[in-house]
Amino acid sequence: MERVSRNGEASQLLDFVAKEGEWLMKRLQEQRRGPTPPEDKALELKLGPPGDEDQSKKDFTMNYKLEKDESLLSLGYFNGGNQAQAQSLAPYLQLSPSIFRTQLPVLAKDKSSETVDLQNNNDAAEKKRAFLPASAAATTAVPNSSQKRTAPAPVVGWPPLRTFRKNLTSSDGHGKPAPKTHQNMLSSKIVNEKPAESSGKGLFVKMNMDGVPIGRKVDLNAYDSYEKLSAAVDELFRGLLAAQRDSSGCDIKSTQEEEKPITGLLDGRGEYTLVYEDYEGDRMLVGDVPWHMFISTVKRLRVLKSSEISVLTAGGQKQDKMSSDSAMQ
Amino acid sequence: MAYSFPEEVLEHVFSFIGSDRDRNAVSLVCKSWYEIERWCRRRVFVGNCYAVSPAAVVRRFPDVRSVELKGKPHFADFNLVPEGWGGYVSPWITTLARAYPWLEEIRLKRMVVTDESLELIARSFKNFKVLVLSSCEGFSTDGLAAVAANCRNLRELDLRESEVEDMSGHWLSHFPDSYTSLVSLNISCLGSEVSFSALERLVSRCPDLRSLRLNRTVPLDRLANLLRRAPQLAELGTGVYSAELRSDDFSNLVGALAGCRELRSLSGFWDVVPAYLPAVYPLCSGLTSLNLSYATIQSSELTKLISQCHSLQRLWVLDYIEDSGLEALAACCKDLRELRVFPSEPFNREGNVSLTEQGLVSVSEGCSKLQSVLYFCRQMSNAALLTIARNRPNMTRFRLCIIEPRCPDYITHEPLDTGFGAIVQHCKDLQRLSLSGLLTDRVFEYIGTYAKKLEMLSVAFAGDSDLGLHHVLSGCDSLRKLEIRDCPFGDKALLANAAKLETMRSLWMSSCSVSFGACKLLGQKMPRLNVEVIDERGHPDSRPESCPVEKLYIYRTVAGPRFDMPDFVWTMDEDSALRPS
Repeated sequence: MERVSRNGEASQLLDFVAKEGEWLMKRLQEQRRGPTPPEDKALELKLGPPGDEDQSKKDFTMNYKLEKDESLLSLGYFNGGNQAQAQSLAPYLQLSPSIFRTQLPVLAKDKSSETVDLQNNNDAAEKKRAFLPASAAATTAVPNSSQKRTAPAPVVGWPPLRTFRKNLTSSDGHGKPAPKTHQNMLSSKIVNEKPAESSGKGLFVKMNMDGVPIGRKVDLNAYDSYEKLSAAVDELFRGLLAAQRDSSGCDIKSTQEEEKPITGLLDGRGEYTLVYEDYEGDRMLVGDVPWHMFISTVKRLRVLKSSEISVLTAGGQKQDKMSSDSAMQ
Repeated sequence: MAYSFPEEVLEHVFSFIGSDRDRNAVSLVCKSWYEIERWCRRRVFVGNCYAVSPAAVVRRFPDVRSVELKGKPHFADFNLVPEGWGGYVSPWITTLARAYPWLEEIRLKRMVVTDESLELIARSFKNFKVLVLSSCEGFSTDGLAAVAANCRNLRELDLRESEVEDMSGHWLSHFPDSYTSLVSLNISCLGSEVSFSALERLVSRCPDLRSLRLNRTVPLDRLANLLRRAPQLAELGTGVYSAELRSDDFSNLVGALAGCRELRSLSGFWDVVPAYLPAVYPLCSGLTSLNLSYATIQSSELTKLISQCHSLQRLWVLDYIEDSGLEALAACCKDLRELRVFPSEPFNREGNVSLTEQGLVSVSEGCSKLQSVLYFCRQMSNAALLTIARNRPNMTRFRLCIIEPRCPDYITHEPLDTGFGAIVQHCKDLQRLSLSGLLTDRVFEYIGTYAKKLEMLSVAFAGDSDLGLHHVLSGCDSLRKLEIRDCPFGDKALLANAAKLETMRSLWMSSCSVSFGACKLLGQKMPRLNVEVIDERGHPDSRPESCPVEKLYIYRTVAGPRFDMPDFVWTMDEDSALRPS
């Protein structure tokens, strides 16, 4: 019973899709049995980098029809009998980076004016990425250079590893773990007293800003000075802060020109001040100690309203007590 | 209304049915079985905390002893779910506290847990025994102190991979002196020092302690003392495994480890110094599980250790093991079932170690019981995947991560379609699959055709068109979780397979090509789905409907839209679809 109604819903949905003059599942099923409707675009295999639909529609498309023929389904590559077929597909499926760099732009010029060449596409992808949370740049610590297939820039969440694994120190950063001798045992012990490893690939800490519900993680190893960190805070939160002010207002309008840079984070003269919590739970002003000392003790960053800093200092005493408590250990 | 068995008999029979699926099936037989079953259900598993309301669970199952809940989508592990997304456990704990005073177990995964919730747990359940917080966040050691102080019958406290705010290492001393019931303690995720004397006292007074996983701050020279107090341990996670040990310290450690004759599982080994590894050699022959994924040591040292572990069933290791070490593994560990190889330098594209597809091929040849693989590497070939598939048709979990996205077969420069195709064709019981490398829509055709038992599929940087997604959604009959990022999959495949989504637990799509319009339509037409658009650029209404949404999370639910959405999440219900944009 339930199943029937479910199917009913589904077919309604399909009708709706059909009315839009769009792709239709029925059509795919026809495709399985009978000849291809010539206008059917759905079965073109597109070879573009992921982008938005409209963009990728204009991409280089191969008119390789995916005929739902059993021989194709049966993994031609290793079923000896179908090797010929696999071979015949090979020119289309060889997506080696070199082909992408060389052949495609040529095709783009020759074949059709509608085809967007890959370079443009890269630009589009980049623009799109610019919309993505700026943490993309921050967490990967690599500039967002153009993403070529040969050397893609790191992306958020790739490779799929937990943060604590990314922070895992690779001892000396020289690729191979050095067999530790007695001498560097001492040095590793000193490092280990600081829970934050500054020798690793990344030093990720959480950062929150007053009035912005979304936190960020930043890789402190990507910066080497307070100035750069302060610029990063601006980059990470300016848009979010503006969006926040937007949505707290009633009507949605384009307020991009209202995005103010976040400045004066370090000298207390701005609307916001950057503070951090160290491993003992104490809150301190960012900028008070030398940078290397800062990154070896910082645990979490907060961007506070400067007006609330005095409250913080008062509350800090309690924290102090707590940390001396644990220092007694 | 004549039944062959009285209710009590059926209830007794049902009590032998352990699996959730079987219990669900039982409850669908008839109304009276449904009634009997619900009264005697003691364990409840909720795979998505927003799929059902806590009140509904409590209403149906009046006498539950164990609750397991999951919160955020799996991709949260990789920083793809913005902070503040949700997954708050507090409404659940509040409801459970009122309904189940005899609740004994709470297991949470990827949920936000506050100290208040932990305090409520500590106060509310008289016979509380098991607290597992896996990949959770939002709480501090203060909350743990409340649990320690009040849960007199606590057997298991497991904080695996959680992010805990460390207020004080003293929380351990809140376990009262009369407390002796601890069986398992995992504090490996804690960043700061724990009170060592409290830990020592706790370990000495709990005779049933079987599993102890310490954190990195526990020094190696103190480990021996702990172990002498708990020679009955079966699982040990060491702290930091380096120190300047005097030779008598070292022999003390060797003696203490040798005294733990029941040890089956070892982990930890942070900053391991190879010179101290021989201390665990005497234990090797008994080990079934070895986690060396923090041990940054060379292949030869790893190999020397692993070659002695003939009973090993599970190995987690860094790619420092290299192909040669995996070859040794294949030769020595014939009982191996699970292998995970993590990258030591995930952002280094060149490769710092000589680990290739060959290592995995060796293990697939040598270890006939291997059924679960997670493998990070920098090159792969179709031929290797085909060999692996033929060698190990018993594989149930296969996750391959080629670190560079869209990396083709390094020999032929072809897509890896046929290789992964071979995996799904040969491994008939495959339940979990993660794809990587250069892949076209063909691989999804293979998956849809052959992967009939696949339950969870992860896809990144793959496919050419909607057809890819369509093959998966229309073909994979058992699919429950699908997560996709950076693939050109869009509206057509999603809308055409809308009904399929109701049979699944969830679908995640980020940086794909699904338009806001399609999300609205889906939300409107499928009232039993929560269609949530996550967009940190602001309200999707401020852009054209054809504009792709940043992130999309769709899940089935009987609870309706959730109430705790932050302002970068929008749910596409009937109202939002009708509202003019």
